[in-house]
Amino acid sequence: MITATVEQKHYLNAEYGLKSWLLTTDHKRIGLLYLGTITFFFLLGGIFATLIRLELLTPPGDLTNSETYNKFFTLHGVIMVFFFLIPSIPATLGNFLIPMMVGARDLAFPKLNLLSWYLLLAGGLLSMWAMFAGGVDTGWTFYTPYSTTYSNTYVIATALGAFIAGFSSILTGLNFIVTIHRMRAPGLTWFRLPLFVWSHYAAALIMVLGTPVLAVTLVLVALERAFRIGIFDPALGGDPVLFQHLFWFYSHPAVYIMVLPGMGVISELVSTFSRRRVFGYGFVAFSSVAIAVYGFLVWGHHMFVSSQSVYASLVFSFLSFFVAIPSAIKVFNWTATLYKGSISYETPMLYAFGFIGLFTMGGLTGLFVATLGVDVHVHDTYFVVAHFHYIMVGGTLMAYLGGLHFWWPKMTGRMYPEGWAKLSALVIFLGFNLTFFPQFLLGYLGMPRRYHAYPDEFQVLHVLSTAGASVLAVGYLIPLVYLVWSLRYGKRATANPFGATGLEWKTSSPPPTYNFDVTPAVTHEAYDYRALAEEETEGVRVG
Amino acid sequence: MSTTFRLFPQAASTTANSVDALYFFLVAVAAFFSILIFGLIFFFAIRHRRRVAREVPQEVRGGLTLEIIWTVIPFGLVMVMFAWGASVYLEVARPPDNALQAYVVGKQWMWKTQHMEGQREINELHVPVGRPVKLTMTSEDVIHSFYVPDFRVKWDVLPGKYTTVWFHPTRTGKFRLFCAEYCGTKHSGMIGWIHVMEPAAYESWLSGGGASGSLASSGEKLFQDLACGNCHRVDQPGRCPDLTGLFGKPVRLADGRSVVADEAYIRESIVNPGAKITAGFQPIMPTFQGLVTEEGMLQLIEYIKSLSGRPAGAQAPPGTAPAPERQAAGERGPSLPGSAPEKR
Ligand SMILES: [Cu+2]
Ligand SMILES: [Cu+2]
Repeated sequence: MITATVEQKHYLNAEYGLKSWLLTTDHKRIGLLYLGTITFFFLLGGIFATLIRLELLTPPGDLTNSETYNKFFTLHGVIMVFFFLIPSIPATLGNFLIPMMVGARDLAFPKLNLLSWYLLLAGGLLSMWAMFAGGVDTGWTFYTPYSTTYSNTYVIATALGAFIAGFSSILTGLNFIVTIHRMRAPGLTWFRLPLFVWSHYAAALIMVLGTPVLAVTLVLVALERAFRIGIFDPALGGDPVLFQHLFWFYSHPAVYIMVLPGMGVISELVSTFSRRRVFGYGFVAFSSVAIAVYGFLVWGHHMFVSSQSVYASLVFSFLSFFVAIPSAIKVFNWTATLYKGSISYETPMLYAFGFIGLFTMGGLTGLFVATLGVDVHVHDTYFVVAHFHYIMVGGTLMAYLGGLHFWWPKMTGRMYPEGWAKLSALVIFLGFNLTFFPQFLLGYLGMPRRYHAYPDEFQVLHVLSTAGASVLAVGYLIPLVYLVWSLRYGKRATANPFGATGLEWKTSSPPPTYNFDVTPAVTHEAYDYRALAEEETEGVRVG
Repeated sequence: MSTTFRLFPQAASTTANSVDALYFFLVAVAAFFSILIFGLIFFFAIRHRRRVAREVPQEVRGGLTLEIIWTVIPFGLVMVMFAWGASVYLEVARPPDNALQAYVVGKQWMWKTQHMEGQREINELHVPVGRPVKLTMTSEDVIHSFYVPDFRVKWDVLPGKYTTVWFHPTRTGKFRLFCAEYCGTKHSGMIGWIHVMEPAAYESWLSGGGASGSLASSGEKLFQDLACGNCHRVDQPGRCPDLTGLFGKPVRLADGRSVVADEAYIRESIVNPGAKITAGFQPIMPTFQGLVTEEGMLQLIEYIKSLSGRPAGAQAPPGTAPAPERQAAGERGPSLPGSAPEKR
C-alpha cells in the first residue's frame, strides 16, 4: 500500500545502514543505542533475579549449589547497578532530551558521547566475558579481604568491567554539565529550565566527582589481588574497613545518580498530566543539588556495625537524616502540584503516581536504616534489600518506564497502545509490592541477605515474594512486546501528543537530525500552560 | 520453638525491647506519611480530574509558608529519630562493666566460641539468663557478622581486629545465630544457636566437663610453649617489658606516644612487635604471626589479663591451676599449642 503523504525527513530516516548507527554522533541515535544496550542488560539482570527468587522458594538450597547462587546474586547486582540503573535514565532519556530541552542541536561533545556508549559496551562485554568464563561471587560490593584474597572467581575482570563503564558515566556527566552551562537557547535562563535538566545536572555532578573514587578503589582491589600489596587485607598489613569507606564514598552517591534523573522525569510527568507548573519550582530544583551535595557526606551509614568509630556513626547518622529533607520536599511539592490541576491518567502519569507512592515508602524506610539503633538490627537483612529495591526499582525503574512511555512518541514517532500500557503499569505496581513488601517483614524478622538456604520459619514470606516476582516479570514483558509492536503498528504521533510545554515538544516527532529548524527563543518560564494554550490557538488561527 | 512461622521476631533481650519501641515509633511515622501521600494523591487525582481537554487550570503559586512547614516538621521528626536511635546505639555499642566475658572467633564457615572457664563450642554458645554477656570477637579470614535477631544485636567480626557485642538475655530458650556479612560460599551455612539457660543450669553445664582448664591457664601454657617467658620474666627485668599488671594500663612508647594496653595492643605486639616499642626497650622481639591461632591469641590475652589480677571467671588464681594435659600429637589434626578439646 502506498501512503498518500511523503515521509518527512527526521533523525531516524536521515541515513540508513549499520555504519550510520555505529558511527553516529547524533545524541538521539546514541540515546537509542543506549536504550537497546541497557534493555539487554536489564533482561540479563532480570534472568538472574528470577533464578534467585526461584531458589528462595524453598528453604534448602536445592535449585543450585551455594557457589552458583552466590554468583547469581553477584551478577544480578553488578549488571543491574553498573550496566542498567546508572546509565538507565541519563544515558537514554537524558541523552535524547537534554539537548532538545535546552534548545541545542546536540550535546557539547558529540564524539565523546559516542565514545561513552562504546565504553559502556566494552565494560559490559568484559564483565559478561567474566560471567561466561566462570562468574564472580563477591557480591556487587566487592568487600575485602574476601574479594582480594579469598574468592576464587573472576574478580579482576568483573571489576575492570565496572571500571570501564565508570568512564562512560564520567563522560556522560561531563557532557551534560557543559551542555547545560554553555548551550542553552536564547532566553532560557537557569530558572526557566525544565526540572528534568536540573536533576540531570545534579546527577552529572556526582558522576564526574564520585565515579573516579570508585575507579581508584576497583584498581586497588585488582592490585592487591594480583600483586598481594597490603592495602585492604590485614594479613598483608591492610585495613578491610578502608575499602568500605572508599567503596561507599562512591556507591552511596551512586544511589542518587540512579534516583535524581528519575525525580526529574517525575517532575515533567506530574506537571504535564496535571497541566500545572510544578509547585515550588525553585525548591524542587535546589533540592536536587542539595541531595547531590549531601549525598557525599553520608557514606558511613553503611558501616554502623563495621567497627568504625561510634562517634563517626553518630555523625553519619545525623547527616543522613539531612538527605531525607530535600527528598521529602520533592514529594510534598509533587503532591501539591496535583492540587486544583487538570489531571488525566495516561500511562506515564500512572507510573508517576506509582513512583511517588513507592519512593515515599522507600524513603521512609530509609529513615529506619539511618536510625542507628534500628540499623544495628536490620543492617544486612532483607529489610535493607527491600528498602533499596523500593528506591531503585519502585523509584528509578518506575520513573524510567514512565519517561519511556511519555517520550516514546517523540523518540519513535509512534504512539504506544494505551490500554496495554495501563494494564502493564498496574501489573508492575502490584507485582512490585507483592515482591518487596514481604521482604521488609522478613528483614525485621532477621533473615540475612545473600543466603542461599534459610531456616523454615522464613518460608511463607519468601513464597509471597517469589509469587510477586513472577507477576512483576509478566509486567515487564508486556511493554517489551507492545513497544516493539508499536514501532510498526502504533498510531503516528503528533508533535505534542500530551500537551506538554518543553522545547522538545515544539519540534516534530521524531525530530529532525538537528532537532530544530530554527533555534528556539524562550520567553517564559517552564510549565507555562497558559502560554502554550495561547500559542496553540494562535497557531490554529494562523494555520 | 523458634522454627515456627511468625511475622515478628521474639524479644529475648533488653536491647530487643529498646529497639522495638523505636521501631514502632518509626513504623507509626512511616505509616502516617505513606497514608497521607497516598490519600492526597488519590483525592486530588479524582477531585481534580480533567474535564475539558486542554483546559488550563487556575494558577496556584508555591507558598513559602507551606514550604517552610513541610521542611520544619519532617526535620523535627527526623531529629527525634536521630537522638532516639543514637541513644539505643550507644547502649548497644557500650558493654556494661559487670558483663560475663566470652570469646568468639569466626572463620569460613563456622563460629568458634570460648568461655572463660575453658569450654569451647562450635556454632553454639551457652549463656545464663538475666545477666549481660559480652563477646570479644575476631575472624581468622574474612569479615563475618555476629547476628542474633531475637536479641536485635549484630556486630561485624573482622580479621586482625577485636570487636565486641553484648546482650542481656531476658528469657531462656534457643535463639538463632546468623552470619550477616557475606563471607563466601557457605555464608548461609554459618549459623548456629545461642542457648539461654537458667543460672543454675548454666553452672552445671559449665562444670559438665570437656574443659581442660580456664582460658587464662591455657594461655599460660601457650606462653610457656612459645617460650615467651624466656624474655618476659618477672625476676629479671631489663630485656623485655614486664607483663605483670600491664593490662589496661597506659604504656609509654619509644616514640613518645602513649597507648593503653588493651586486647588490640597485645595482639599487635605479638604479631607485629615492631609496631609499638615500649620506651626503654630494644625492638628485639620476633613476630609470632602464623604461630598463634586467633583462639590461642585470646588465651594469651586472657593470661596477660590474669597477671593484672583481673578476675578470670570462677577460677583459681593464675599459676596455681594445673596446666592442661597436652594432647597426643596428631590426635586432632593440626593441633595448636594450648588448645582445649572442642565441645560440640
Ligand atoms: Cu547509602
Ligand atoms: Cu557470612
